[in-house]
Amino acid sequence: MFELLVLLIPLFPLLAVLVNGLFGHRYSHEVAARLAYGSVFLSFLCALAVAADVVADPQPREVVAYSWIFGGDLSIDLAFLIDPLTTVMLLVVTGVGFLIHVYSVGYMHGEEGFTRFFTYMNLFMVSMLLLVMGNNYAVLFIGWEGVGLCSYLLIGYYYDKVSAAKAATKAFVMNRIGDAGFLLAIFLIFSHFRTLDYTTVLAQASELSTGMATAIALCLLVGAVGKSAQLPLYTWLPDAMEGPTPVSALIHAATMVTAGVYMVVRNHAIYDLAPIAMTAVGIIGGTTALFAATIGLVQNDIKRVLAYSTVSQLGYMFLACGVGAYIAAIFHLVTHAFFKALLFLAAGSVIHALGGEQDIRKMGGLRQKIPITYAVFMIGTIAIAGIPPLAGFWSKDEILAHAFVQHHYGLYLLGAIGAVLTSFYMFRLTFLTFYGPSRVDPHVAHHIHESPKVMTVPLMILAALSIVGGFLGVPPEHGLLHSFLHPVAASAGGAAHESSTGLVVGLATFATLTAFAGLGLAYYLYVVRPHMADEWARRTSGLYTLLLNKYYVDEFYDRIAVEPCKRLGDMWDWADRHIIDRVVQGINHMTDKGAAAATWIEKHIIYGGLNIIGYANHLAAWSWRKLQSGMVHHYATIIVIGLAVLVHLLLFWLTGATPGSYAMR
Amino acid sequence: MLEEIEFGFPLLTFLIFFPLVGAAALWAVKDEASIKQAALAIAGIELVAAIVVLLGFVPGTAAMQFVEHARWFPQLGIGYHLAVDGISVLFMGLTAFLTVLLVLYAWDTVHLRPKAFYMSVLGLEATVMGIFLSIDLILFFVFWELMLIPSYFLIKLWGTGSEREYAALKYVLYTLLGSVFMLVGFALLSLNYHEVKQAYSFDLLELLSVPVPFDQQVLIFWLIFLGLAFKAPIFPFHSWLPDALVQGPIPMSVMLAGIKMGTYGFLRFSFPLLPEASRNPSIVTIVMILGLAAIIYGALIAIVQADFRRLLVFSSISHLGFVVIGLFALNVQGIQGSLIHMINLGFSTAGLFFFAGFLYERLGHIDVRQSSGLAKKLPLLATLFLILGMASIGLPGTNGFIGEFLILMGAFQAHWIYGAIAVTGVIFASAYFLWYYERAIFGPLKAGLPAALRDLTPREWAIGISLSVMIFWIGIYPSPFLRMINGSVQAVVERLDRGSLATPTVDHPLISRWVQD
Repeated sequence: MFELLVLLIPLFPLLAVLVNGLFGHRYSHEVAARLAYGSVFLSFLCALAVAADVVADPQPREVVAYSWIFGGDLSIDLAFLIDPLTTVMLLVVTGVGFLIHVYSVGYMHGEEGFTRFFTYMNLFMVSMLLLVMGNNYAVLFIGWEGVGLCSYLLIGYYYDKVSAAKAATKAFVMNRIGDAGFLLAIFLIFSHFRTLDYTTVLAQASELSTGMATAIALCLLVGAVGKSAQLPLYTWLPDAMEGPTPVSALIHAATMVTAGVYMVVRNHAIYDLAPIAMTAVGIIGGTTALFAATIGLVQNDIKRVLAYSTVSQLGYMFLACGVGAYIAAIFHLVTHAFFKALLFLAAGSVIHALGGEQDIRKMGGLRQKIPITYAVFMIGTIAIAGIPPLAGFWSKDEILAHAFVQHHYGLYLLGAIGAVLTSFYMFRLTFLTFYGPSRVDPHVAHHIHESPKVMTVPLMILAALSIVGGFLGVPPEHGLLHSFLHPVAASAGGAAHESSTGLVVGLATFATLTAFAGLGLAYYLYVVRPHMADEWARRTSGLYTLLLNKYYVDEFYDRIAVEPCKRLGDMWDWADRHIIDRVVQGINHMTDKGAAAATWIEKHIIYGGLNIIGYANHLAAWSWRKLQSGMVHHYATIIVIGLAVLVHLLLFWLTGATPGSYAMR
Repeated sequence: MLEEIEFGFPLLTFLIFFPLVGAAALWAVKDEASIKQAALAIAGIELVAAIVVLLGFVPGTAAMQFVEHARWFPQLGIGYHLAVDGISVLFMGLTAFLTVLLVLYAWDTVHLRPKAFYMSVLGLEATVMGIFLSIDLILFFVFWELMLIPSYFLIKLWGTGSEREYAALKYVLYTLLGSVFMLVGFALLSLNYHEVKQAYSFDLLELLSVPVPFDQQVLIFWLIFLGLAFKAPIFPFHSWLPDALVQGPIPMSVMLAGIKMGTYGFLRFSFPLLPEASRNPSIVTIVMILGLAAIIYGALIAIVQADFRRLLVFSSISHLGFVVIGLFALNVQGIQGSLIHMINLGFSTAGLFFFAGFLYERLGHIDVRQSSGLAKKLPLLATLFLILGMASIGLPGTNGFIGEFLILMGAFQAHWIYGAIAVTGVIFASAYFLWYYERAIFGPLKAGLPAALRDLTPREWAIGISLSVMIFWIGIYPSPFLRMINGSVQAVVERLDRGSLATPTVDHPLISRWVQD
């Protein structure tokens, strides 16, 4: 029964993919939609049942579907591992996924590619489920690249837009850079353990030398950095906003991009052995958290602000992993899934209301016109800004407290500054969108309408989760989530480093104050003194332009990687046409002569000696001539048959010779 | 006696000669419609016969199966010896499969001298079958050369480029050049056999029973290598390939890009006959470097191509680099991966050539600079195109992944640096395919494209679907295929480990099977 439930989780969306993909054009959008979200809902129910089982008995269990790849001592099953970590991921993926599917029915209503959209979304669910459920690195990799494909397809959903098409390619290729690192990690793991199953590998991880553990951990990190859009491979994520907004919510905020975090936590037994890799994870996370936040300060596209905020929040999760706070990382992953999905979907609702407008300079004053959207957006903002008692406060504070208590003061500082900025840019976004005078295009203004229930109900559920989600981890370090995840994600160093209550409360108070500082500054700049912000931007125009242009990182990558590759390709292409070809043409002339010689030998010697073959040759040539009414040169025929004859001749000659004298030394 | 599994009916002879007889019979057929139907029927029957062999094939053993043996030139030890084993059996199936698709493809596209065209295609099928089914080296060589005749005419007469005559001749001459060396290599093997057994033999199984001195092995290895390298083609012996594949007709490109005869030769002859040379560190290093160079060289050139067929040519060269490094990893994973990857290319790369043809038929060119936004008009084509492309770049779930993963895994274990360099090919592959796809298929519909663009015709649809089925089958559930090849791959690796100089022992599976005289 348990096995069946586990297998059904990815199977339901897979069925929906097949049916909608193959027959979707035969029935209405409504049927397609029902199939799509229905299948995810069924998966969610199965996941709940599985979760109930795991809560009762947290012992990890494996479910084997079939033997997938084998050869020599390599044997990979398509198999699943169900343990508390997988269970948490399953619930987030299917639960949030289901809400986003429902929302999409309203958001994508009337789209030409409606069925195509849901087919891709379901395919994404299948891949993501394989990713979190696999019991070995290869199955994880199926999901890993599968979600990449779906991300590609959904970013490129509006494929006739050049920017969307470009963003799709960029996302896939950048992800592939990470994937290459991941593959190397898999090979290293196999070379060392002769298996790819987590259970065996992680159980024996302690036997790894530090060097080997570091190598594996760093290769895995390359993969994680690509998928989770961390420095330096983050630039695809903001561009990914070309996809429809529900895609941004599901793939580029709540689930896919957190796969890197999941992977690091899953492999924490290896990371625990590799201090250098841990430091790398922490530094990458911390700098990304701050770096992306600074860019988020000045962006004017509502979705791009959220995109940079996602990059930044993922940075916090990596930071958490880097200081060994794996459970805190997963905790933040969960709360982030709630409030970031909420923010994206609410942004989608804004965009929907404004008929596609995404530029916050053309918004403002929407508070009264779309009150539900406003309310939920505000909840999301408070949650992400880290104001208690909403979800983000608990998880972010736990990460920063961990960093501080474990004496990673540098990382703590990066995170703390990032937190102020987060609060600031999120409230800036909220105020510019919903407060102040309306800057909406007059043509659009009188069409503004609140979204239908099918969209607002998922929003309200996510808002509720964003409010209460944090209590999964309360009290800090000893919440429900912590005790559930403890068997699989507790740091080897023993997470129970008792710190004084005073320090914890002090840090929490400080974090709250910084969040309010960001809020206050944003309120002052964008509500009280709306012109101040422009003033500041003018005064620091150099910095402002630098931020607005995202530090010119895209341009830099073009210059150092993309262009050189193309130039090299062009150069080699030229060389291939001109140099290699010319060299071989030299040989060609030689062979021409050789062929002519062969023909001569054939005509003058062999025809005499071996009439039958000569006749056969003539006959063949004649038939071809006949066949082609004289159009064909029988040049090639003669060469080929001539050569065959030469072979015979050579062999006859050899039979006559004394083998002993002829044989080479 | 040799332990070989025989079959009541000479099925392999049938596989080789039925298309030839069919081609001859086509001569009598008059009108175009009947010619097509007859050709399809012949290719179909051939496919059924191939499937019978596949179904009757006993997996998990290195034994030669469906053996047929007759004397030909006994005084020289040349025999008519046919058999399939794990190394050749899938190639046999692939050849029959692709020929059916070729006939389907040609149905609406070849109007020039259809009778001669289908005769050539069937002749090609027969000779390629011969290559894969021959166990005798000379018999193999005869088919290896005969294959050039139909190829030459196919490129020259039905090619789409203006320089097709040059391309045809170039192809023939290059292959001939290589095969001369190969033939000398074969003769040297036979001479060595004579030294020991006082009789000549060109029979693979008999040659295996005689150790070859190391110095000779090295010489013979390089002689055979040249023959195979030109045919495969292995970088830098590839310069005939762009001409033949771009100037030639799509069916020929499909055959040349899809059926990897050159690299097959390593598994069939070089590894078993010359194990000490094949595993010699300097030889392995040289060949590995060629393979790695091919991967990166091919991929980077593919990135900048505007003509999709030229892109595919260089993608082929890059993929062949993968095959080469998998083979010369000399471990089970690498060789198994290479073998399955060679088959995979018959579905993905060859399939992409079909799609290049579909586009060419519609647009009159396949230049990305003059087309974009085709997805809008041709959604089915765009979808199947993407599936084939994803298989080609090795996305998990498609066949391409199984091959590439095993190859990279094998190469990495041979030496981590091989794996680390080769893995970049995975990145470049996604770049060249997706960049092309982005510009040609995505984007706004280009003005000036033919107004009436028709999406896939039923026959094109059939081609795309059959390829996709194979792609997903091997990608999702590859065990039937892996089981078929496993026994032979295992045997080859053991042979490589033990070497030909070792005294044959009875417990050695390969030797005991092949050499109990």
